[in-house]
Amino acid sequence: MINRTIFFTGGVGIADTTTIAGPKEGEGPLAKYFDTILEDDLLGQKSYEKAETKIHIAAIRHMLNKTSMTAKDIDCVFAGDLLDEMIVSSLALREFNIPFIGLYNACASFAEALIVGSSMISGGLMDRVICSTSSHFSTAERQYRFPLELGSQRTPLSQWTVTGAGCTMLEKYQKHKVKITCATLGKVVDYGVKDANDMGAAMLPAAMDTIKTHFRDTQRKPSYYDMIATGDLGDAGGRLLRKLIKEEGIDIDSQHQDCGELIFNREWQDVGQGGSGTACSNIVFNSYIYQQMLEGKIKKLLLVPTGALVSKTASLQGETIPGIAHAICMERV
Amino acid sequence: MKNKEYLKTVKSEMPPSRHVKTMVRAFIVGGLICCIGQGISDLLKLAFPAMDKQVNQQFTVLIIIAVTGILTGFGVYDNIGKFGGAGSIIPITGFANSVVAPAIEFKREGYIFGLCANMFTIAGPVIVFGVVSSIIVGLIYLIIGGV
Repeated sequence: MINRTIFFTGGVGIADTTTIAGPKEGEGPLAKYFDTILEDDLLGQKSYEKAETKIHIAAIRHMLNKTSMTAKDIDCVFAGDLLDEMIVSSLALREFNIPFIGLYNACASFAEALIVGSSMISGGLMDRVICSTSSHFSTAERQYRFPLELGSQRTPLSQWTVTGAGCTMLEKYQKHKVKITCATLGKVVDYGVKDANDMGAAMLPAAMDTIKTHFRDTQRKPSYYDMIATGDLGDAGGRLLRKLIKEEGIDIDSQHQDCGELIFNREWQDVGQGGSGTACSNIVFNSYIYQQMLEGKIKKLLLVPTGALVSKTASLQGETIPGIAHAICMERV
Repeated sequence: MKNKEYLKTVKSEMPPSRHVKTMVRAFIVGGLICCIGQGISDLLKLAFPAMDKQVNQQFTVLIIIAVTGILTGFGVYDNIGKFGGAGSIIPITGFANSVVAPAIEFKREGYIFGLCANMFTIAGPVIVFGVVSSIIVGLIYLIIGGV
């Protein structure tokens, strides 16, 4: 480990990815990259929480089917979500006879899963793991904001929680096309943003800190990467990140894209600044970005999922919103 | 960069709310809801000319609340709210919506600890303020009225 960056010298390869996207995500610009697009985000269930659990189960099951594996072949599932005590992942993993480690870093949970999974494989402790996360617009709205049918207005800075789930299967590196080479661990950074509707601004300092640290630790320049993808800063947050980081001498203008911006068409989908949620960076990476890497259009990727570690109780008690971001470097072999 | 400096940058760089647009929309929607209320009241007067003025008002309010409840149930009112903002929150329809919306949402947790317990999560503060201020006004009236 150099400062905050760990190098997976043991070799970690991505075996496969799966994604399930909600109906609104299915109308967005990345529709053709998703494995499955839901027609009904309630899935005939009694509650949206049950629906999200179903989606999470389906993503893992789809992964097992796609790779012709059984539960026995998987050493561990690293999973997370936004709800209560990580209840969706726990209920989903009830269906599988696989060891489970639950992870929470809000919308950066997917990065956490990839880092922990890669560490286990690189260190030789495990051979094959699944990293999965899920989120659902309707369950997140209810937990963090208001009931769905309440006639309230969304602020222009609000973001739309992505409905969906995705899985990445990691293996000991053999002849995989994409490998995970290193990761820079994020710190909790809080610059005092209190507006729970402006999560882009709350997460931005964390993203900036992690990206800067990554370049310092690895001695790389932004031009080393074909794409630097932040998780869910949104349109305005992404723009501000590029501006502020440029002031510090790091120009990522030509590499930077934000997953929250990529997943929706902001012009007509009425999503505020773009997508957010635990599934956001997950399904954008596991569908569109991974496909681009397989095709060789993106050879080196720095994925920086961002998380606003917001809690309704803490916010009501006057706490500001802590942010976190982890960076993971992936390379096309 | 310091925290204060950052918050200042965020304030100046992030897109602000569109005040004029939201105010115009609120004016139109709020005005429309009030016109509909007046219309119902006038129709009641036409249908039942002998009806007392106060009874007429109460019936009008009851009808508006019932209609809002039904519209909320069918998932229409949240769209009106999204468009109209404060225009749909301030009239009594907004209050009705704020009671029915959580009731629908929390029904999934059961009738007692779900629906009943959470029905007033949003409207609760309004009721508390209403009751408290009526007590204060009542006391003032008692003191001044007695003089």
